[in-house]
Amino acid sequence: MTSLNDAASEEFLEPQQRFRTVVTTVENKPGVLARVSGLFARRGFNIESLAVAPTADERFSRITFTVDVASAPLEQVVKQLDKLINVVEIRELSPLESVERELMLVIVKSAASNERRHELLDLIDDFRAYVLDQSQSQMLLSLSARPTRLDEFEQRLRTFGIVELQRTGRVALPLLAP
Amino acid sequence: MDINGGQALVKALEHEGVEVVFGLPGGAILPVYDPIIESPIRHILVRHEQGAGHMAEGYAHATGRPGVMMITSGPGATNGVTPLCDAYMDSIPLVCITGQVPYPAIGTDAFQECDTTGITMSVTKHNFLVTEAQDIPRVIHEAFHIATTGRPGPVLVDVPKDIVDPNNPRSAMTWYEPNDDIMELPGYRPVTDCDPQLLRAAAQLISAAKRPVIYAGGGILKARAAKELLELAELIDVPVVTTLMARGAFPDSHELCLGMPGMHGNYTAVTAMQHSDLLIALGARFDDRVTGRLDGFAPDAKVIHVDIDAAELGKVRQPDVAMHGDCRVVIAALVKELHDCGGRDAQPDRQAWRSQISGWQERYPLVYEQSEPGERLKPQYVLEVLRDSTPNDTIVTSGVGQHQMWTSQYWRFDHPYTWINSGGLGTMGFSVPAAIGAKVGKPDRMVWAIDGDGCFQMTAQELVTAATGRIPIKVALFNNAYLGMVRQWQEMFYDERYSEVYLSYEVPDYVKWAEAMGCVALRAEAPEEVAPAINKANEINDRPVVVEFRCERGENVYPMVPAGCTNSELVVDPSQR
Repeated sequence: MTSLNDAASEEFLEPQQRFRTVVTTVENKPGVLARVSGLFARRGFNIESLAVAPTADERFSRITFTVDVASAPLEQVVKQLDKLINVVEIRELSPLESVERELMLVIVKSAASNERRHELLDLIDDFRAYVLDQSQSQMLLSLSARPTRLDEFEQRLRTFGIVELQRTGRVALPLLAP
Repeated sequence: MDINGGQALVKALEHEGVEVVFGLPGGAILPVYDPIIESPIRHILVRHEQGAGHMAEGYAHATGRPGVMMITSGPGATNGVTPLCDAYMDSIPLVCITGQVPYPAIGTDAFQECDTTGITMSVTKHNFLVTEAQDIPRVIHEAFHIATTGRPGPVLVDVPKDIVDPNNPRSAMTWYEPNDDIMELPGYRPVTDCDPQLLRAAAQLISAAKRPVIYAGGGILKARAAKELLELAELIDVPVVTTLMARGAFPDSHELCLGMPGMHGNYTAVTAMQHSDLLIALGARFDDRVTGRLDGFAPDAKVIHVDIDAAELGKVRQPDVAMHGDCRVVIAALVKELHDCGGRDAQPDRQAWRSQISGWQERYPLVYEQSEPGERLKPQYVLEVLRDSTPNDTIVTSGVGQHQMWTSQYWRFDHPYTWINSGGLGTMGFSVPAAIGAKVGKPDRMVWAIDGDGCFQMTAQELVTAATGRIPIKVALFNNAYLGMVRQWQEMFYDERYSEVYLSYEVPDYVKWAEAMGCVALRAEAPEEVAPAINKANEINDRPVVVEFRCERGENVYPMVPAGCTNSELVVDPSQR
């Protein structure tokens, strides 16, 4: 695996201008996700990606989302979110100071020829993906990486034929202070 | 003390100091209505749940205390959505208690079940679905806390029947006195005061401005900051415009008052803002009805923006100094800062600006042409007579449309909390129930509901509530037989093609209708009948009165900024062109 510093420098190469990541800590109560997504719908903010799960403290959940800042200024998104009573904390993560990861599961056609099959295995190796299952004609792969890296992997797999693909939406945490 | 959830709910309302609840019972809320019989809380039985909500709004606006409505599940709750949205748009503190089907039945499409918290999520500041009887006192306390602090707004508490029904073991609970310490609101931290650095920056901008205008919004009234506003304006000698939501926040008779800005604002208020080099926006939100086309709004003005809601700062217009805080606290601090910086003497000479303003005031006053003999009444004339025949502290409510704009223009609001209308949502039918709520809250004050014939037909049945409840409001019904504002737009922007706007002078017969509802009913058709009818209405104090004024159908509201135009393209009365 790449070290954290490598990860940071990789992030540095791809600062994302249009999509910004916001991490919110919310009360772990029924309906809170509906409040957040309802707010986005009502105010016309576009969500590019969304991931929800409980935190280490079970009273709270974390909602990580990527917002399209072309649809609304990020400041307005954050301020409106802050007005939701169940939203406890909001952190806007700059790509330079955070690590983002996303998980992809994908079923791909394993190649007809031996040569192509080797190409596929090399690709899996290059991207440090895992083969979770395989049949005569298909492979089930998993890859956890930066979202742009998943995009790239997905692109490369297309030449083999993607049967089914599922991504989780990104999660993020800030880098540690030096 | 072991009691049931229904008793706990009523006791919790008493604990919050609630003196009156506006509501209508039904199946799911039945168990809560039983302990109301023993409670000192006054219950006003409405004829439609929308009326309960607008009454609670009128009560809240007139008294400054949160209004409370209580309604049942399903259709009761959906009928309550309009006033909740109205209160949300106008930041009115409101607590709405809704019945819900028993908790185990939720999600089964039970009789009179609807997803009340889901439906009202986007029209409330917050809502709760209470699942345990034991939580009731805490949640009610949280609801009042949220409704009344920060930017006020409506909060809904949805209560499943099983946790309030004494026949259900799930309603058993042990009473406790709720207080701020037991609230579970980790994400709610309303601010009040602001950064002192910003006060200095604001004071500097003010002292440098040659053509400043104070743009006072409804937040002044919510923060109860009328006194501080007056101090600020007089200290720096800067003219004030009061938005539709802020009428009365600064006295209309004060020489610094320019009146209402916006689409149907005074020429001087609109134009002074357009020419201004500094807008001091206090509790205002740069509503589209105030700004007109945004890219042409007050193009040379720097902006100081004070608001309790951080999301308003920069939402529409980017301020030069953004101050997040309570208007009363921030204005008081700003006044002190300005005193420290030399007070009035440190302000530049603004004689040129003053003369420019008084020039506009002289040239473009509000005008209308008096009706010719045989013509129907001019609504502006009726309003002037009504204004001059009622006490200065009369509370005036209004519906939405032409009559609302004329009232805001022609009334003279010299006291805060005397003007109650539906600004943001523009809810037709607001006037009569809001007046009832205001009268319940301020029984010693005269309350006039100004209404149009279109609006009146939407909520008039609440006059039955007023008559049976001995709530003696007075209604001035401006009957011009049209949905007047829509008619005006069709005349001006749709080539006089009138589509579905004609109502009728004769049907319904408003006098008979009002009498059938237990009101005294009067009608005035000629100018000389106006004052006697009003004087007669003013003498009646044991029941509601409706005075129908037969008005000219073709009268338009001027000035007017046509939709999509900048405020520099204000259209004045034909006689001033």
